[in-house]
Amino acid sequence: MSELWKLTSGDLHERFTSGAASAVEIVESHLDRADQVEAKIDAILTLDRDHVLAQAKALDAKREKGEPLGMLAGIPIGIKDNICTEGIKTTAGSRILESFVPPYNAHVIDKILAADGIIFAKTNLDEFAMGSSCENSAFKVTKNPWDLTRVPGGSSGGSAAAVAAGIVPLALGTDTGGSIRQPASFCGLVGMKPTYGRVSRYGALAFASSLDQIGPISKDVAGSARLLSVIAGKDPNDGTSIDQEVPDYREALEEEMFGLTLGLPKEYMSDSLPSSIREAVDDVVLTLEALGTSVRAIDLPHTEYAVATYYVVANSEASSNLARYDGMHYGHRTKAPIKNLAESFSRTRSEGFGDEVKRRIMTGTHALSSGYYDAYYLKALKVRRKIREDFETAFEDVDAVIAPTSPVTAFKIGEKIDDPLSMYLTDILTVAVNLAGLPALSLPVGFSGEGLPIGLQIIGQPFEEELLLTLAQGYQVETDHHKKWPQIP
Amino acid sequence: MKREDVEHVAHLARIQLSEEELQTFGAQLESILGYMEKLGELNTDDVEPMPYAVDVKNAYRDNPDHSPLPRDAALKNAPQLDPEGKFFAVPKVIGEISPNQGKSGEAGS
Repeated sequence: MSELWKLTSGDLHERFTSGAASAVEIVESHLDRADQVEAKIDAILTLDRDHVLAQAKALDAKREKGEPLGMLAGIPIGIKDNICTEGIKTTAGSRILESFVPPYNAHVIDKILAADGIIFAKTNLDEFAMGSSCENSAFKVTKNPWDLTRVPGGSSGGSAAAVAAGIVPLALGTDTGGSIRQPASFCGLVGMKPTYGRVSRYGALAFASSLDQIGPISKDVAGSARLLSVIAGKDPNDGTSIDQEVPDYREALEEEMFGLTLGLPKEYMSDSLPSSIREAVDDVVLTLEALGTSVRAIDLPHTEYAVATYYVVANSEASSNLARYDGMHYGHRTKAPIKNLAESFSRTRSEGFGDEVKRRIMTGTHALSSGYYDAYYLKALKVRRKIREDFETAFEDVDAVIAPTSPVTAFKIGEKIDDPLSMYLTDILTVAVNLAGLPALSLPVGFSGEGLPIGLQIIGQPFEEELLLTLAQGYQVETDHHKKWPQIP
Repeated sequence: MKREDVEHVAHLARIQLSEEELQTFGAQLESILGYMEKLGELNTDDVEPMPYAVDVKNAYRDNPDHSPLPRDAALKNAPQLDPEGKFFAVPKVIGEISPNQGKSGEAGS
Protein backbone atom coordinates (compact mmCIF):
# COMPACT_ATOMS: atom_id res chain seq x y z
CA MET A 1 0.00 0.00 0.00
CA SER A 2 2.99 2.29 0.14
CA GLU A 3 3.38 4.88 -2.61
CA LEU A 4 -0.34 5.29 -3.20
CA TRP A 5 0.55 8.94 -3.76
CA LYS A 6 2.21 7.97 -7.05
CA LEU A 7 -1.06 6.76 -8.55
CA THR A 8 -3.10 8.87 -10.94
CA SER A 9 -6.49 10.16 -9.85
CA GLY A 10 -8.18 7.52 -12.01
CA ASP A 11 -6.17 4.69 -10.45
CA LEU A 12 -6.86 5.99 -6.93
CA HIS A 13 -10.59 6.14 -7.66
CA GLU A 14 -10.46 2.58 -9.00
CA ARG A 15 -8.56 1.30 -5.93
CA PHE A 16 -11.02 2.99 -3.61
CA THR A 17 -14.25 1.95 -5.30
CA SER A 18 -13.05 -1.64 -5.82
CA GLY A 19 -12.13 -1.95 -2.15
CA ALA A 20 -8.39 -2.37 -2.83
CA ALA A 21 -7.59 0.72 -0.74
CA SER A 22 -9.50 2.70 1.88
CA ALA A 23 -9.86 6.45 1.68
CA VAL A 24 -7.97 6.69 4.98
CA GLU A 25 -5.04 4.73 3.48
CA ILE A 26 -5.08 6.99 0.45
CA VAL A 27 -5.04 10.26 2.39
CA GLU A 28 -2.43 8.92 4.83
CA SER A 29 -0.12 8.25 1.91
CA HIS A 30 -0.62 11.80 0.64
CA LEU A 31 -0.21 13.26 4.14
CA ASP A 32 3.07 11.32 4.48
CA ARG A 33 4.18 12.64 1.12
CA ALA A 34 3.35 16.17 2.23
CA ASP A 35 5.46 15.57 5.36
CA GLN A 36 8.38 14.49 3.16
CA VAL A 37 8.38 17.29 0.62
CA GLU A 38 6.27 20.27 1.69
CA ALA A 39 9.04 21.88 3.74
CA LYS A 40 11.12 22.04 0.54
CA ILE A 41 8.34 23.00 -1.89
CA ASP A 42 6.16 25.39 0.16
CA ALA A 43 3.12 24.67 -2.01
CA ILE A 44 0.50 24.72 0.75
CA LEU A 45 -1.09 27.50 2.79
CA THR A 46 -3.62 25.46 4.81
CA LEU A 47 -3.68 21.71 5.48
CA ASP A 48 -5.90 20.48 8.32
CA ARG A 49 -5.01 16.80 8.86
CA ASP A 50 -7.99 16.13 11.10
CA HIS A 51 -10.38 17.55 8.54
CA VAL A 52 -8.77 15.47 5.77
CA LEU A 53 -8.96 12.28 7.84
CA ALA A 54 -12.57 13.01 8.86
CA GLN A 55 -13.57 13.31 5.17
CA ALA A 56 -11.76 10.04 4.41
CA LYS A 57 -13.44 8.19 7.28
CA ALA A 58 -16.86 9.43 6.17
CA LEU A 59 -16.14 8.15 2.66
CA ASP A 60 -15.02 4.77 3.95
CA ALA A 61 -18.27 4.52 5.93
CA LYS A 62 -20.25 5.46 2.82
CA ARG A 63 -18.55 2.73 0.80
CA GLU A 64 -19.05 0.26 3.67
CA LYS A 65 -22.79 0.88 3.55
CA GLY A 66 -22.85 0.24 -0.18
CA GLU A 67 -24.03 3.74 -1.06
CA PRO A 68 -23.33 5.01 -4.58
CA LEU A 69 -19.96 6.76 -4.89
CA GLY A 70 -19.27 9.88 -6.94
CA MET A 71 -16.78 10.38 -9.77
CA LEU A 72 -14.13 11.85 -7.44
CA ALA A 73 -14.50 9.33 -4.60
CA GLY A 74 -11.16 8.57 -3.01
CA ILE A 75 -9.29 11.41 -4.72
CA PRO A 76 -7.52 14.09 -2.61
CA ILE A 77 -7.72 17.48 -4.30
CA GLY A 78 -5.69 20.67 -3.79
CA ILE A 79 -7.63 23.94 -3.99
CA LYS A 80 -6.05 27.23 -4.98
CA ASP A 81 -6.48 29.61 -2.07
CA ASN A 82 -8.55 32.13 -4.00
CA ILE A 83 -11.49 29.69 -4.11
CA CYS A 84 -13.85 29.90 -1.12
CA THR A 85 -14.07 26.89 1.17
CA GLU A 86 -16.65 27.10 3.94
CA GLY A 87 -14.99 26.98 7.34
CA ILE A 88 -11.47 26.79 5.82
CA LYS A 89 -9.35 29.92 5.63
CA THR A 90 -9.20 31.46 2.14
CA THR A 91 -6.53 34.13 1.87
CA ALA A 92 -5.90 34.75 -1.85
CA GLY A 93 -2.26 34.86 -0.73
CA SER A 94 -2.92 38.32 0.72
CA ARG A 95 -2.43 39.96 4.11
CA ILE A 96 -5.75 41.69 3.61
CA LEU A 97 -7.52 38.29 3.85
CA GLU A 98 -5.00 36.64 6.17
CA SER A 99 -7.67 35.42 8.60
CA PHE A 100 -10.73 35.31 6.33
CA VAL A 101 -12.85 32.18 6.80
CA PRO A 102 -15.59 32.04 4.14
CA PRO A 103 -19.15 31.42 5.32
CA TYR A 104 -19.96 29.56 2.08
CA ASN A 105 -18.43 27.28 -0.54
CA ALA A 106 -17.60 28.26 -4.10
CA HIS A 107 -19.86 26.45 -6.58
CA VAL A 108 -16.96 24.23 -7.71
CA ILE A 109 -16.31 23.15 -4.10
CA ASP A 110 -19.94 22.09 -3.63
CA LYS A 111 -19.68 20.13 -6.89
CA ILE A 112 -16.46 18.40 -5.78
CA LEU A 113 -17.94 17.46 -2.41
CA ALA A 114 -21.13 16.19 -4.07
CA ALA A 115 -18.91 13.95 -6.25
CA ASP A 116 -17.17 12.61 -3.07
CA GLY A 117 -13.87 14.38 -3.69
CA ILE A 118 -11.63 15.08 -0.68
CA ILE A 119 -10.68 18.72 -0.03
CA PHE A 120 -7.04 18.10 0.92
CA ALA A 121 -5.27 21.45 1.11
CA LYS A 122 -5.41 25.11 0.12
CA THR A 123 -2.53 25.96 -2.17
CA ASN A 124 -0.26 28.97 -2.54
CA LEU A 125 -0.65 31.58 -5.26
CA ASP A 126 0.48 35.01 -6.33
CA GLU A 127 -1.57 37.49 -4.30
CA PHE A 128 -5.09 37.67 -5.80
CA ALA A 129 -3.75 35.53 -8.68
CA MET A 130 -1.64 38.46 -9.91
CA GLY A 131 1.67 37.09 -11.08
CA SER A 132 3.47 34.52 -13.17
CA SER A 133 5.85 33.05 -10.58
CA CYS A 134 4.11 32.54 -7.20
CA GLU A 135 6.65 35.00 -5.73
CA ASN A 136 3.90 37.56 -5.05
CA SER A 137 2.31 35.51 -2.27
CA ALA A 138 2.31 37.40 1.03
CA PHE A 139 3.11 34.17 2.87
CA LYS A 140 5.70 32.03 1.08
CA VAL A 141 7.51 31.49 -2.19
CA THR A 142 6.67 28.12 -3.74
CA LYS A 143 9.55 26.23 -5.34
CA ASN A 144 9.49 24.21 -8.56
CA PRO A 145 9.78 20.49 -7.65
CA TRP A 146 11.97 19.95 -10.75
CA ASP A 147 14.51 22.52 -9.50
CA LEU A 148 14.08 24.09 -6.08
CA THR A 149 15.96 27.24 -7.13
CA ARG A 150 13.31 27.98 -9.76
CA VAL A 151 9.73 29.24 -9.72
CA PRO A 152 6.81 26.85 -10.27
CA GLY A 153 5.07 29.45 -12.43
CA GLY A 154 1.99 31.34 -11.48
CA SER A 155 -0.35 32.28 -10.37
CA SER A 156 -1.58 28.74 -9.61
CA GLY A 157 1.99 27.76 -8.65
CA GLY A 158 1.04 26.08 -5.37
CA SER A 159 -1.52 23.83 -7.06
CA ALA A 160 0.95 22.90 -9.80
CA ALA A 161 3.87 22.27 -7.41
CA ALA A 162 1.65 20.17 -5.13
CA VAL A 163 0.60 17.92 -8.04
CA ALA A 164 4.14 17.73 -9.46
CA ALA A 165 5.52 16.74 -6.04
CA GLY A 166 2.85 14.06 -5.50
CA ILE A 167 1.13 15.77 -2.56
CA VAL A 168 -2.17 15.59 -4.47
CA PRO A 169 -3.03 13.93 -7.81
CA LEU A 170 -5.46 16.70 -8.80
CA ALA A 171 -5.89 20.38 -8.08
CA LEU A 172 -7.97 23.39 -8.99
CA GLY A 173 -6.44 26.57 -10.33
CA THR A 174 -7.77 29.76 -11.84
CA ASP A 175 -6.64 31.14 -15.21
CA THR A 176 -7.06 34.85 -15.97
CA GLY A 177 -4.11 35.22 -18.36
CA GLY A 178 -2.39 31.82 -18.22
CA SER A 179 -2.40 31.11 -14.49
CA ILE A 180 -3.29 27.42 -14.93
CA ARG A 181 -1.48 26.65 -18.18
CA GLN A 182 1.86 28.35 -17.46
CA PRO A 183 2.49 26.68 -14.06
CA ALA A 184 1.31 23.38 -15.56
CA SER A 185 3.93 23.79 -18.27
CA PHE A 186 6.68 24.81 -15.79
CA CYS A 187 5.89 21.76 -13.62
CA GLY A 188 5.38 19.11 -16.35
CA LEU A 189 1.61 18.75 -15.89
CA VAL A 190 -1.71 18.94 -17.68
CA GLY A 191 -3.64 22.14 -17.00
CA MET A 192 -6.85 23.28 -18.57
CA LYS A 193 -8.49 26.69 -18.93
CA PRO A 194 -12.10 26.03 -19.92
CA THR A 195 -14.19 28.22 -22.23
CA TYR A 196 -15.31 31.41 -20.52
CA GLY A 197 -18.68 30.51 -18.96
CA ARG A 198 -18.10 26.75 -18.88
CA VAL A 199 -17.39 26.72 -15.12
CA SER A 200 -19.14 28.91 -12.54
CA ARG A 201 -16.95 31.59 -10.97
CA TYR A 202 -19.23 31.86 -7.92
CA GLY A 203 -16.99 31.86 -4.86
CA ALA A 204 -13.74 32.45 -6.74
CA LEU A 205 -12.32 35.74 -5.48
CA ALA A 206 -12.68 38.02 -8.49
CA PHE A 207 -9.56 39.37 -10.19
CA ALA A 208 -10.70 40.23 -13.76
CA SER A 209 -14.28 39.06 -14.16
CA SER A 210 -14.39 38.97 -17.97
CA LEU A 211 -11.28 36.76 -18.08
CA ASP A 212 -11.25 34.55 -14.95
CA GLN A 213 -12.01 30.82 -15.26
CA ILE A 214 -11.52 27.95 -12.82
CA GLY A 215 -9.98 24.76 -14.20
CA PRO A 216 -8.14 21.52 -13.37
CA ILE A 217 -4.45 20.66 -13.02
CA SER A 218 -3.41 17.01 -13.13
CA LYS A 219 -0.61 14.59 -13.83
CA ASP A 220 -2.38 13.03 -16.82
CA VAL A 221 -5.03 14.13 -19.33
CA ALA A 222 -7.64 11.79 -17.84
CA GLY A 223 -7.40 13.54 -14.47
CA SER A 224 -8.32 16.90 -15.98
CA ALA A 225 -11.15 15.32 -17.98
CA ARG A 226 -12.54 13.78 -14.79
CA LEU A 227 -12.39 16.97 -12.72
CA LEU A 228 -13.79 19.15 -15.51
CA SER A 229 -16.76 16.77 -15.87
CA VAL A 230 -17.60 17.47 -12.23
CA ILE A 231 -17.11 21.25 -12.05
CA ALA A 232 -18.53 22.35 -15.44
CA GLY A 233 -22.10 23.55 -15.91
CA LYS A 234 -24.64 26.30 -15.43
CA ASP A 235 -24.91 27.87 -11.98
CA PRO A 236 -27.70 30.36 -11.25
CA ASN A 237 -25.28 32.17 -8.92
CA ASP A 238 -23.01 33.10 -11.86
CA GLY A 239 -24.92 34.99 -14.53
CA THR A 240 -22.07 34.46 -17.00
CA SER A 241 -22.04 30.67 -16.66
CA ILE A 242 -23.57 29.16 -19.76
CA ASP A 243 -26.41 26.67 -19.90
CA GLN A 244 -25.00 24.00 -22.13
CA GLU A 245 -25.01 20.27 -21.55
CA VAL A 246 -21.95 18.92 -19.72
CA PRO A 247 -20.61 15.73 -21.31
CA ASP A 248 -18.61 13.10 -19.49
CA TYR A 249 -15.33 14.50 -20.77
CA ARG A 250 -13.61 11.15 -20.21
CA GLU A 251 -15.41 9.83 -23.29
CA ALA A 252 -13.42 12.29 -25.40
CA LEU A 253 -10.27 10.37 -24.45
CA GLU A 254 -11.45 7.45 -26.60
CA GLU A 255 -12.03 9.53 -29.73
CA GLU A 256 -9.79 9.52 -32.81
CA MET A 257 -7.89 12.57 -34.03
CA PHE A 258 -7.37 11.20 -37.54
CA GLY A 259 -8.11 13.79 -40.22
CA LEU A 260 -7.98 16.88 -38.01
CA THR A 261 -6.18 20.01 -39.18
CA LEU A 262 -4.08 21.95 -36.68
CA GLY A 263 -2.66 25.45 -36.94
CA LEU A 264 0.72 26.57 -35.63
CA PRO A 265 0.78 30.38 -35.34
CA LYS A 266 3.93 31.93 -36.83
CA GLU A 267 3.76 34.73 -34.26
CA TYR A 268 4.00 32.22 -31.41
CA MET A 269 7.19 30.68 -32.83
CA SER A 270 9.38 33.78 -32.77
CA ASP A 271 13.11 33.66 -33.40
CA SER A 272 13.79 34.39 -29.74
CA LEU A 273 12.17 31.12 -28.65
CA PRO A 274 14.81 28.90 -26.98
CA SER A 275 15.89 26.01 -29.19
CA SER A 276 14.77 23.43 -26.61
CA ILE A 277 11.18 24.70 -26.83
CA ARG A 278 11.31 24.98 -30.61
CA GLU A 279 12.60 21.41 -30.92
CA ALA A 280 9.96 20.11 -28.52
CA VAL A 281 7.22 21.72 -30.63
CA ASP A 282 8.74 20.24 -33.81
CA ASP A 283 8.64 16.80 -32.18
CA VAL A 284 4.99 17.24 -31.20
CA VAL A 285 4.14 18.16 -34.78
CA LEU A 286 5.82 14.97 -36.03
CA THR A 287 3.95 12.86 -33.48
CA LEU A 288 0.58 14.46 -34.25
CA GLU A 289 1.14 14.10 -38.00
CA ALA A 290 1.98 10.44 -37.51
CA LEU A 291 -1.38 10.13 -35.74
CA GLY A 292 -3.19 11.35 -38.85
CA THR A 293 -3.48 15.09 -38.36
CA SER A 294 -2.11 17.74 -40.67
CA VAL A 295 -0.35 20.75 -39.22
CA ARG A 296 -0.07 24.05 -41.08
CA ALA A 297 1.31 27.50 -40.29
CA ILE A 298 -1.30 30.16 -39.52
CA ASP A 299 -1.29 33.90 -38.75
CA LEU A 300 -2.56 35.57 -35.60
CA PRO A 301 -1.50 39.07 -36.67
CA HIS A 302 -2.48 40.96 -33.50
CA THR A 303 -0.41 38.78 -31.19
CA GLU A 304 2.11 41.55 -30.52
CA TYR A 305 -0.67 43.62 -28.91
CA ALA A 306 -1.99 40.84 -26.68
CA VAL A 307 0.10 41.58 -23.57
CA ALA A 308 -0.66 45.33 -23.59
CA THR A 309 -4.37 44.66 -24.21
CA TYR A 310 -4.47 42.07 -21.49
CA TYR A 311 -2.82 44.21 -18.83
CA VAL A 312 -5.12 47.17 -19.55
CA VAL A 313 -8.28 45.04 -19.42
CA ALA A 314 -7.22 42.84 -16.48
CA ASN A 315 -5.88 45.68 -14.36
CA SER A 316 -8.88 47.90 -15.03
CA GLU A 317 -11.23 45.14 -13.93
CA ALA A 318 -8.98 44.38 -10.96
CA SER A 319 -8.99 48.00 -9.79
CA SER A 320 -12.78 47.85 -9.72
CA ASN A 321 -13.06 44.35 -8.20
CA LEU A 322 -10.53 45.01 -5.45
CA ALA A 323 -12.26 48.22 -4.38
CA ARG A 324 -14.34 45.97 -2.11
CA TYR A 325 -11.36 45.40 0.20
CA ASP A 326 -11.96 48.36 2.49
CA GLY A 327 -11.63 46.71 5.91
CA MET A 328 -15.25 47.28 6.88
CA HIS A 329 -17.09 43.91 6.73
CA TYR A 330 -14.24 41.40 6.58
CA GLY A 331 -10.50 41.26 6.16
CA HIS A 332 -7.76 43.40 7.60
CA ARG A 333 -8.51 46.86 9.03
CA THR A 334 -5.70 49.19 10.03
CA LYS A 335 -5.00 49.56 13.72
CA ALA A 336 -3.18 52.86 13.20
CA PRO A 337 -4.83 56.03 14.49
CA ILE A 338 -6.81 57.58 11.65
CA LYS A 339 -8.41 60.97 11.12
CA ASN A 340 -11.35 60.00 8.91
CA LEU A 341 -12.97 57.18 6.98
CA ALA A 342 -11.01 57.79 3.78
CA GLU A 343 -7.78 57.42 5.73
CA SER A 344 -9.04 54.17 7.22
CA PHE A 345 -9.52 52.82 3.68
CA SER A 346 -6.15 53.97 2.36
CA ARG A 347 -4.16 52.82 5.42
CA THR A 348 -5.96 49.46 5.42
CA ARG A 349 -5.24 48.91 1.75
CA SER A 350 -1.60 50.04 2.00
CA GLU A 351 -0.99 47.58 4.84
CA GLY A 352 -3.07 44.76 3.32
CA PHE A 353 -1.97 44.68 -0.33
CA GLY A 354 1.47 43.71 -1.62
CA ASP A 355 3.45 45.63 -4.24
CA GLU A 356 2.20 43.82 -7.34
CA VAL A 357 -1.43 44.22 -6.34
CA LYS A 358 -0.85 47.93 -5.69
CA ARG A 359 0.82 48.33 -9.09
CA ARG A 360 -2.07 46.66 -10.87
CA ILE A 361 -4.76 48.56 -9.00
CA MET A 362 -2.97 51.83 -9.78
CA THR A 363 -2.40 51.10 -13.48
CA GLY A 364 -6.03 49.95 -13.76
CA THR A 365 -7.26 53.03 -11.93
CA HIS A 366 -5.19 55.19 -14.28
CA ALA A 367 -6.57 53.41 -17.36
CA LEU A 368 -10.14 54.07 -16.21
CA SER A 369 -9.60 57.60 -14.95
CA SER A 370 -10.95 60.75 -16.51
CA GLY A 371 -8.86 61.81 -19.49
CA TYR A 372 -7.26 58.38 -19.99
CA TYR A 373 -10.29 56.08 -20.38
CA ASP A 374 -10.50 56.34 -24.18
CA ALA A 375 -6.78 55.94 -24.80
CA TYR A 376 -6.35 52.93 -22.53
CA TYR A 377 -9.48 51.03 -21.55
CA LEU A 378 -11.70 51.68 -24.57
CA LYS A 379 -8.76 51.21 -26.93
CA ALA A 380 -7.91 47.87 -25.31
CA LEU A 381 -11.51 46.65 -25.68
CA LYS A 382 -11.30 47.40 -29.40
CA VAL A 383 -8.00 45.60 -29.84
CA ARG A 384 -9.49 42.75 -27.83
CA ARG A 385 -12.05 42.27 -30.60
CA LYS A 386 -9.28 42.22 -33.22
CA ILE A 387 -7.52 39.52 -31.21
CA ARG A 388 -10.67 37.40 -31.09
CA GLU A 389 -11.21 37.92 -34.83
CA ASP A 390 -7.69 36.57 -35.47
CA PHE A 391 -8.76 33.30 -33.88
CA GLU A 392 -12.12 33.25 -35.66
CA THR A 393 -10.34 33.63 -38.99
CA ALA A 394 -7.87 30.88 -38.09
CA PHE A 395 -10.66 28.51 -37.10
CA GLU A 396 -12.14 28.79 -40.60
CA ASP A 397 -9.20 26.69 -41.76
CA VAL A 398 -8.11 24.64 -38.77
CA ASP A 399 -9.82 22.57 -36.06
CA ALA A 400 -7.47 23.61 -33.27
CA VAL A 401 -4.38 25.73 -32.70
CA ILE A 402 -1.18 24.41 -31.12
CA ALA A 403 1.58 26.56 -29.65
CA PRO A 404 4.17 26.59 -26.88
CA THR A 405 2.54 27.51 -23.56
CA SER A 406 5.38 29.79 -22.49
CA PRO A 407 8.33 31.36 -24.32
CA VAL A 408 10.58 30.25 -21.43
CA THR A 409 11.01 27.29 -19.11
CA ALA A 410 10.89 27.84 -15.33
CA PHE A 411 13.08 30.82 -14.44
CA LYS A 412 15.12 31.38 -11.29
CA ILE A 413 13.48 32.65 -8.13
CA GLY A 414 14.21 36.39 -7.94
CA GLU A 415 15.20 36.67 -11.61
CA LYS A 416 12.29 38.86 -12.75
CA ILE A 417 10.64 40.06 -9.56
CA ASP A 418 12.19 43.53 -9.62
CA ASP A 419 11.20 44.20 -13.22
CA PRO A 420 7.39 43.85 -13.46
CA LEU A 421 7.23 44.53 -17.20
CA SER A 422 9.72 41.74 -18.02
CA MET A 423 7.53 39.37 -15.97
CA TYR A 424 4.41 40.50 -17.87
CA LEU A 425 6.08 39.87 -21.22
CA THR A 426 6.50 36.16 -20.40
CA ASP A 427 2.68 35.92 -20.60
CA ILE A 428 2.73 36.63 -24.36
CA LEU A 429 1.59 33.13 -25.40
CA THR A 430 -1.25 32.65 -22.91
CA VAL A 431 -3.17 35.93 -22.55
CA ALA A 432 -4.83 36.07 -25.99
CA VAL A 433 -6.81 32.92 -25.17
CA ASN A 434 -8.40 34.62 -22.15
CA LEU A 435 -9.15 37.80 -24.08
CA ALA A 436 -10.94 35.68 -26.70
CA GLY A 437 -12.69 33.47 -24.11
CA LEU A 438 -11.41 30.24 -25.68
CA PRO A 439 -10.64 26.88 -24.06
CA ALA A 440 -7.00 25.77 -23.94
CA LEU A 441 -5.11 22.85 -22.48
CA SER A 442 -1.39 22.71 -21.70
CA LEU A 443 0.35 19.36 -21.64
CA PRO A 444 3.93 18.23 -21.02
CA VAL A 445 5.86 17.60 -24.25
CA GLY A 446 9.46 17.22 -23.13
CA PHE A 447 12.34 18.61 -21.10
CA SER A 448 15.01 21.21 -21.71
CA GLY A 449 18.72 20.43 -21.52
CA GLU A 450 18.58 21.50 -17.88
CA GLY A 451 15.85 18.96 -17.17
CA LEU A 452 13.04 21.53 -16.97
CA PRO A 453 9.58 20.63 -18.29
CA ILE A 454 8.28 22.14 -21.54
CA GLY A 455 4.57 22.62 -22.17
CA LEU A 456 2.50 22.88 -25.33
CA GLN A 457 -1.00 24.30 -25.41
CA ILE A 458 -3.89 23.25 -27.61
CA ILE A 459 -6.44 26.01 -28.20
CA GLY A 460 -9.96 25.32 -29.41
CA GLN A 461 -13.17 27.06 -30.36
CA PRO A 462 -15.63 27.88 -27.58
CA PHE A 463 -17.00 24.74 -25.89
CA GLU A 464 -14.70 22.39 -27.79
CA GLU A 465 -12.96 21.11 -24.67
CA GLU A 466 -13.57 17.55 -25.88
CA LEU A 467 -11.47 18.08 -29.00
CA LEU A 468 -8.58 19.38 -26.86
CA LEU A 469 -8.80 16.32 -24.63
CA THR A 470 -8.88 13.96 -27.62
CA LEU A 471 -5.74 15.52 -29.08
CA ALA A 472 -3.92 15.66 -25.75
CA GLN A 473 -4.78 12.06 -24.91
CA GLY A 474 -3.76 10.88 -28.38
CA TYR A 475 -0.37 12.50 -27.90
CA GLN A 476 0.00 11.27 -24.33
CA VAL A 477 -0.47 7.57 -25.14
CA GLU A 478 2.45 7.87 -27.56
CA THR A 479 4.78 9.55 -25.04
CA ASP A 480 5.86 9.21 -21.42
CA HIS A 481 6.79 12.77 -20.32
CA HIS A 482 3.78 12.83 -17.99
CA LYS A 483 4.93 9.68 -16.20
CA LYS A 484 8.22 11.14 -14.97
CA TRP A 485 8.62 12.37 -11.38
CA PRO A 486 11.02 15.06 -10.19
CA GLN A 487 13.83 13.96 -7.88
CA ILE A 488 13.31 16.19 -4.86
CA PRO A 489 16.60 16.34 -2.91
CA MET B 1 5.43 59.52 -14.35
CA LYS B 2 5.29 62.78 -12.46
CA ARG B 3 5.13 62.68 -8.71
CA GLU B 4 1.74 64.41 -8.56
CA ASP B 5 0.31 61.96 -11.13
CA VAL B 6 1.35 59.01 -8.97
CA GLU B 7 -0.12 60.71 -5.93
CA HIS B 8 -3.34 61.39 -7.82
CA VAL B 9 -3.80 57.80 -8.98
CA ALA B 10 -2.89 56.46 -5.53
CA HIS B 11 -5.51 58.75 -4.03
CA LEU B 12 -8.16 57.57 -6.51
CA ALA B 13 -7.28 53.95 -5.66
CA ARG B 14 -7.32 54.70 -1.90
CA ILE B 15 -3.78 53.47 -1.43
CA GLN B 16 -1.40 55.39 0.83
CA LEU B 17 2.18 55.42 -0.47
CA SER B 18 5.39 56.07 1.42
CA GLU B 19 8.01 58.41 0.00
CA GLU B 20 10.06 55.43 -1.18
CA GLU B 21 7.02 53.78 -2.80
CA LEU B 22 6.22 56.99 -4.66
CA GLN B 23 9.67 56.77 -6.27
CA THR B 24 9.69 53.05 -7.18
CA PHE B 25 6.04 52.83 -8.25
CA GLY B 26 6.42 56.04 -10.25
CA ALA B 27 9.21 54.52 -12.34
CA GLN B 28 7.45 51.16 -12.68
CA LEU B 29 4.07 52.64 -13.63
CA GLU B 30 5.79 54.76 -16.23
CA SER B 31 7.37 51.72 -17.88
CA ILE B 32 4.12 49.69 -17.73
CA LEU B 33 1.89 52.48 -19.03
CA GLY B 34 4.49 53.32 -21.66
CA TYR B 35 4.33 49.75 -22.90
CA MET B 36 0.52 49.90 -22.99
CA GLU B 37 0.71 52.93 -25.29
CA LYS B 38 1.78 50.47 -27.98
CA LEU B 39 -1.95 49.98 -28.57
CA GLY B 40 -2.05 53.48 -30.06
CA GLU B 41 -0.19 52.15 -33.13
CA LEU B 42 -3.29 50.32 -34.30
CA ASN B 43 -6.11 52.00 -36.15
CA THR B 44 -9.34 50.86 -34.48
CA ASP B 45 -11.71 53.57 -35.73
CA ASP B 46 -14.38 51.17 -36.99
CA VAL B 47 -14.02 48.53 -34.28
CA GLU B 48 -16.71 47.94 -31.67
CA PRO B 49 -15.26 47.61 -28.17
CA MET B 50 -15.59 44.09 -26.76
CA PRO B 51 -15.95 44.05 -22.95
CA TYR B 52 -16.86 40.33 -22.89
CA ALA B 53 -15.55 37.55 -25.10
CA VAL B 54 -18.77 35.59 -25.03
CA ASP B 55 -21.92 37.30 -26.24
CA VAL B 56 -24.07 36.65 -23.20
CA LYS B 57 -27.43 38.33 -22.92
CA ASN B 58 -28.77 39.68 -19.70
CA ALA B 59 -29.41 36.65 -17.53
CA TYR B 60 -32.87 36.91 -16.04
CA ARG B 61 -33.98 34.48 -13.39
CA ASP B 62 -36.78 34.09 -10.90
CA ASN B 63 -36.19 35.84 -7.64
CA PRO B 64 -37.62 33.49 -5.03
CA ASP B 65 -36.95 33.73 -1.32
CA HIS B 66 -33.47 32.53 -0.50
CA SER B 67 -32.44 31.78 3.03
CA PRO B 68 -30.04 34.63 3.77
CA LEU B 69 -26.65 34.14 5.37
CA PRO B 70 -27.28 33.77 9.12
CA ARG B 71 -26.38 36.93 11.02
CA ASP B 72 -23.63 35.26 13.05
CA ALA B 73 -22.00 33.90 9.89
CA ALA B 74 -22.20 37.29 8.20
CA LEU B 75 -20.57 39.02 11.17
CA LYS B 76 -17.96 36.37 11.84
CA ASN B 77 -15.21 37.97 9.75
CA ALA B 78 -15.91 41.52 10.84
CA PRO B 79 -12.82 43.49 11.95
CA GLN B 80 -14.94 45.30 14.53
CA LEU B 81 -18.43 44.84 15.98
CA ASP B 82 -20.61 47.06 18.08
CA PRO B 83 -20.49 46.36 21.86
CA GLU B 84 -23.46 43.97 21.66
CA GLY B 85 -21.96 42.09 18.73
CA LYS B 86 -24.98 42.62 16.49
CA PHE B 87 -23.67 45.11 13.94
CA PHE B 88 -20.56 45.97 11.95
CA ALA B 89 -18.75 48.84 13.64
CA VAL B 90 -17.03 51.33 11.34
CA PRO B 91 -15.00 54.49 11.89
CA LYS B 92 -16.88 57.76 12.09
CA VAL B 93 -18.05 58.68 8.58
CA ILE B 94 -18.62 62.42 8.91
CA GLY B 95 -15.97 64.86 10.06
CA GLU B 96 -12.63 64.21 11.74
CA ILE B 97 -12.04 61.63 14.41
CA SER B 98 -10.49 62.82 17.69
CA PRO B 99 -7.42 60.84 18.83
CA ASN B 100 -9.16 58.86 21.58
CA GLN B 101 -11.87 57.70 19.15
CA GLY B 102 -9.40 56.52 16.60
CA LYS B 103 -8.52 53.13 18.06
CA SER B 104 -10.26 51.01 15.44
CA GLY B 105 -9.34 47.46 14.62
CA GLU B 106 -10.10 45.97 18.04
CA ALA B 107 -13.02 43.57 18.18
CA GLY B 108 -15.91 44.93 20.22
CA SER B 109 -16.51 43.35 23.58
